[in-house]
Amino acid sequence: MLSLHCICLFKLNLNNEERYMDNNLIYFDNNATTPCDPRVVDAMLPWFYQNPGNAASRSHAFGWKAEEAVDYAREQVANLISVESKEIIFTSGATEADNLAIKGVFEMYSRKGNHIITLKTEHKAVLDACDRVEKMGGEVTYLDVDREGLVNLEELENAITDKTVLVSVMWANNETGVIQPMKEIGEICARKGVLFFSDATQAVGKIPVNPKETGVHLIAFTAHKMYGPKGVGALFVNRKKPRVKVVAQMDGGGHERGMRSGTLNVPGIVGFGKAAEIAKQEMEADAKRLSVLRDKLEKALEERLEEVYVNGSRTNRMPHVTNISFKHVEGEGLMMTFNENIAVSSGSACTSASLEPSYVLVALGLGDDLAHSSIRFSLGRFTKDEEIDRAIDLVANGVTHMRDLSPIWEMYKEGVDLDSIQWEAH
Amino acid sequence: MAYSEKLLDHFKNPKNVGTLDKNKKSVGTGLVGAPECGDVMRLQIEVSEEGVIEDAKFKTFGCGSAIASSSLATEWLKGKSLDEAGSIDNMDIVEELALPPVKIHCSVLAEDAIKMAIKDYREKNGK
Repeated sequence: MLSLHCICLFKLNLNNEERYMDNNLIYFDNNATTPCDPRVVDAMLPWFYQNPGNAASRSHAFGWKAEEAVDYAREQVANLISVESKEIIFTSGATEADNLAIKGVFEMYSRKGNHIITLKTEHKAVLDACDRVEKMGGEVTYLDVDREGLVNLEELENAITDKTVLVSVMWANNETGVIQPMKEIGEICARKGVLFFSDATQAVGKIPVNPKETGVHLIAFTAHKMYGPKGVGALFVNRKKPRVKVVAQMDGGGHERGMRSGTLNVPGIVGFGKAAEIAKQEMEADAKRLSVLRDKLEKALEERLEEVYVNGSRTNRMPHVTNISFKHVEGEGLMMTFNENIAVSSGSACTSASLEPSYVLVALGLGDDLAHSSIRFSLGRFTKDEEIDRAIDLVANGVTHMRDLSPIWEMYKEGVDLDSIQWEAH
Repeated sequence: MAYSEKLLDHFKNPKNVGTLDKNKKSVGTGLVGAPECGDVMRLQIEVSEEGVIEDAKFKTFGCGSAIASSSLATEWLKGKSLDEAGSIDNMDIVEELALPPVKIHCSVLAEDAIKMAIKDYREKNGK
């Protein structure tokens, strides 16, 4: 064994004040990624140097130990969503799990049919995997959502044909936090005899997710959205009633019962397990606290500013997220007024490589102008109460400043009908 | 993406924000862009009898680069003749602010706004 004193060098002694980066910078972008919980980091550290084994090495103690650690983490992860550990396939993240589910089911059930149903507001990892399925000869129906961001259950049911093999609906949306009626969709899928997959990346570890009770057969999720490390995710695949199979998308050494070849990321998986264990214990309290803070932020901004719109359902929504459009202010410009103090993200085109605003917000029926004006605030476990008060001031001042600069705000205040103007679209 | 110091300075301390009376004969107004495209720029010039731009003001709905581009444009316009102003090229703005490729359209918008303001002034004054 490697000598013990080496580990001490790696031991992190983070206290709460040193938790992330710069203490003056408020991190409200937890839907992009969460800070790794220091307890998770501590759990991971021994698996880099002290215990370096490959979990697939069957001939020595290093390997056995690593395998044991992976098995334990698999239990922790499975326990979080109340499934069996054999039903968990570790991947490099949610994108890979989404790809494995969609392409893997499409290939496995090609004799039954070639049709997949999904939503226009899904994450790109799902939409682009569906695009690939279409290129492989499949057919995909992209359902609209309503103004609240919710799927219409009747439309969904009517879209199912005898060729449908999979319904793919995300549990909670990354941009708006809107939660779909999962149980109702599960009932429809059971009645129609089609498989139901959910990209639950934003939901797992933050709200209760129980695929067995909900009738979901496959679930993709990832560690780094629940205070675990980046680079490790999982796909849950239901083993009994029905027994679901997927075709592996990664060929190689036959890891993960042949479903996902590639040496297991042992430290990452250990961290994922620890993050799952903590989430199971703490998510209820976290959710309760964060929803109060989120509501306070929302309410204060609505009170202090005119023409503020909260995007998506306010009732069927993740507790820590709000997506707000500040009319006649462009999102990226607004962020620049406070991004030395607050980290958020925007649905404005200017934050992406394309010149299109958020397709998720456009699918909710927002005009492009409101989509360009949107900011997503996603709070997290390490959000401090006093950060909300600071953020309210910074954002309200930023919006006021940007409106002073905005010609369309000036026109709006003068009573000019903006629709009557012949804009020079470019 | 990281922006240049000059760009950030124009964004944080924008020059010549405001509104000139568009009904005045000596004022030319250029309004370009569209709300649904995420940027609208309004650039105005006030021209002396001798044909020199004495004042320039802007208001912009847009990202940091759009605001900085219009702020810079108003600075450059002051003291120039209409012909000199008309020869300002968007690439001059790109260079001065070190705009990344994805933001070049902001400089194009500024050039368009300058040209439109000059045109508006000339049409009003038959010059």
